[in-house]
Amino acid sequence: MTNTIKQLAIVSGKGGTGKTSIAASFAKLAKQRIVVDCDVDASNMPLVLPHTIIEEIPFLGEKKAVISQDRCRGCGDCVIYCRFNAIKDFYVVEPVLCEGCAVCTMMCPYEAIDMVDNQSGTVVISQSDDQPFLFAKMGVGQGNSGKLVSELREKAKSIAEEDNYNLIIIDGPPGIGCPVISSITGVSHVLIVTEPTLSGMHDLERIIQLTKHFRINASVCINKSTISSDNIEKIKEICSKFDIAVIGTIPLDMDFVKAQIAGKTIVEYPNSVASQAIKSLWERISQLLNL
Amino acid sequence: MKIAIASGKGGTGKTTISTTLAYYFAQQFPTALLDCDVEEPDANIFLNIPVSRTFDVDVLIPQVDMDLCTGCGRCEKMCQYNAIVLIKGKPLVLPELCHSCGGCYLVCPEKAIKEVKRSVGTVEVGVNGNLHYAGGILNIGEHMAIPLIDEVKKEHYNATFRIVDAPPGSSCPVVHSMQGNDLIIIVVEPTPFGFHDAVLAYDVAKTLNIPCAVVINNLVEEYKPLFSFLEKENIPVLAVIPHDVDVARSCAQGNCIEYMLTKYQDKFEAIMRYIKEKVQ
Ligand code: SF4
Ligand code: SF4
Ligand code: SF4
Ligand code: SF4
Repeated sequence: MTNTIKQLAIVSGKGGTGKTSIAASFAKLAKQRIVVDCDVDASNMPLVLPHTIIEEIPFLGEKKAVISQDRCRGCGDCVIYCRFNAIKDFYVVEPVLCEGCAVCTMMCPYEAIDMVDNQSGTVVISQSDDQPFLFAKMGVGQGNSGKLVSELREKAKSIAEEDNYNLIIIDGPPGIGCPVISSITGVSHVLIVTEPTLSGMHDLERIIQLTKHFRINASVCINKSTISSDNIEKIKEICSKFDIAVIGTIPLDMDFVKAQIAGKTIVEYPNSVASQAIKSLWERISQLLNL
Repeated sequence: MKIAIASGKGGTGKTTISTTLAYYFAQQFPTALLDCDVEEPDANIFLNIPVSRTFDVDVLIPQVDMDLCTGCGRCEKMCQYNAIVLIKGKPLVLPELCHSCGGCYLVCPEKAIKEVKRSVGTVEVGVNGNLHYAGGILNIGEHMAIPLIDEVKKEHYNATFRIVDAPPGSSCPVVHSMQGNDLIIIVVEPTPFGFHDAVLAYDVAKTLNIPCAVVINNLVEEYKPLFSFLEKENIPVLAVIPHDVDVARSCAQGNCIEYMLTKYQDKFEAIMRYIKEKVQ
């Protein structure tokens, strides 16, 4: 018999709302869990979750075109057909711009272009507090972070099935683009972390719409709530307009920075105000997910 | 002069700095703020420039004429993104996977494929005196940010200063936002997260061969690893702005440009001085 694996994704739309600090705190509070840092472009969780690396798996992204200078006769066709402007003067492919579509290879009359494998990142499997912690390292300026996210989540799921974990905590990337979509598809619940600033609220609406678009259950938590009480009311209005519950507020707390510099999570500072708030938020979520 | 403001990590105050800088420059020169953070475009919330023109940005996706198609499968084989699959001998296009490379269209021997437009987002353009604005808004659920970014960057070509507000991270959209600029200013928070992500942004800039400078924002306490890194890499620090709850409060009300210029005018003067020297 397979147990049902619950997946909780923490996202924010706007960056810097404290999403990762909160997700890392949940990792500490949950009794039995797998943690996945899906912010593969800029993965920060490893900085606050001490861990031992168990396995590193190379991630092959899309192939890249390479022009053989011996075979190229300089006809210029590849430049015309490459829609990503990745081929520079005198026929060299700029790897960061190449999307690996292989059109140039097909169009080159002299078969001078090869598609070569390209390791665009690494999947890292580690243990933190004796439980699985997965993250990735993406190469500079590489595309395909959505696929890398899916790969991470697949790995997490198979570990969960093998070792009987019933909870996967996912720290999602900022924004609403491809890697975010890959981070939230198929999860049981999305927790959106926002802050009471104008940009925070603006981005909140967009990320809520994204969860609605993909029909995923979501709720909201307001971090740095003491910045503006007026905006708290506005956030509540936005949420009720979309029929989404605000399930927690966390006051602005400079201990977040202190904890981060010490390489710790804020819940390891039991006297901080934010720590209390995050604990009660976690209780709410445990109820929501039936943990 | 084209300047991109990047940050690696989100929420370091990149948009606050870039909009304030644009506003400050515009007091003397025609200046454009180009919001390339198309997933979360927030710049005009603070600039409040009336939008005078909007247009859709389209990409091309294939459409198959089933009468001409013989089901040979070459399009499926060509597509590197699995955006065309043959089902019962007939090609099915999955637009959300398509990168608009044109490969299937070129390879089809029957000329059964035609390319049709699909909207990925909108560009907004506006002017207020010397201050010009253009920003992209990605459609919800859309993944093709780059065509939108490229369109935003084509606007306001004649402005003396063009300031690009780049998205966070270090992936393709960041590369495209940074590309073609003369200078990258990285807004970095002196914390482990901020430092880690700023290094990634710096690596992108280095790959693109564009000089970098740094503005340190939200300083709570000196974070040693950051400062030794900047020294080692010889990256100029143009300004250090302390952590200031009132900045957040003013952002909450939408008047942070005003607040920044009243309280930290000297910092923006210093940034401007550096940029002017760069121009000469
Ligand atoms: S199409 Fe082939 S031969 Fe022509 S310039 Fe490109 S690589 Fe060289
Ligand atoms: S593979 Fe595609 S993107 Fe890369 S250089 Fe060739 S045509 Fe351009
Ligand atoms: S245009 Fe390119 S990516 Fe899109 S379906 Fe055709 S081959 Fe695939
Ligand atoms: S390449 Fe053209 S003819 Fe062949 S399956 Fe595709 S659309 Fe049909």
